[in-house]
Amino acid sequence: MMVKLVYFAWVRERIDKPEEEIELPDSVVTARDLLNYLKTLGEGYEAALQYPEVIRVAVNQEHIDHDEPIAGAREIGIFPPMTGG
Amino acid sequence: MTTIPTIRVQADRFDLQMEIDALTAGRQDIGAVVSFTGLCRDEGGSLEALELEHYPGMAEAEMRRIGLEAIERFSLLGLTAIHRYGKIAPGDTIVLVVACAPHRQAAFDGANFVMDFLKTAAPFWKKEHLADGSTGFWVSAKDADDAARDKWR
Repeated sequence: MMVKLVYFAWVRERIDKPEEEIELPDSVVTARDLLNYLKTLGEGYEAALQYPEVIRVAVNQEHIDHDEPIAGAREIGIFPPMTGG
Repeated sequence: MTTIPTIRVQADRFDLQMEIDALTAGRQDIGAVVSFTGLCRDEGGSLEALELEHYPGMAEAEMRRIGLEAIERFSLLGLTAIHRYGKIAPGDTIVLVVACAPHRQAAFDGANFVMDFLKTAAPFWKKEHLADGSTGFWVSAKDADDAARDKWR
């Protein structure tokens, strides 16, 4: 599956790019699978996703839980806990 | 009549009175307007600015989802939520929520609800820029904010 990944805040800084198109292997089914897969792509990804349990994932601009599937995603946002307001 | 929330994500400052007037103009059914303004706060003079980053598109969408839920839950007659982005100096404004209802309790609760979810679910992040010229840390999420959100469940 081909998806657009968008990164924000310190996740973006550590991966060192704001977004990318990436081909995901079929073994990546849930948001948790995605984070664990990305962690294997290099040092920056590993630093950004060292503690995947704190990372938030949004599919097509809506929050999802880590055990939810990412099937049908056009855009997946990956970012730290939010600190606005 | 269905209430539609006014949602804006912008770099510019906002004008509280103008936003209140926009919600209340020509109406006689609103008995209470509650507004919350969040400012950039410095502790001890070390902060030059906060830099607000957001997820364009999702920030507006999430604020709209929160706003619609607040309107439904508290039967609000008007709601505006504005969040700024970019570099914001101490003392300057970051966020505005205005909630209108027939009576004060719903207006207070509506504004409170929107802020609690805005802080924990709207995709914004704050980074510190320090007065000594260095780039500081990304502001950490607070457990107290999660607790404040969870009280609405």
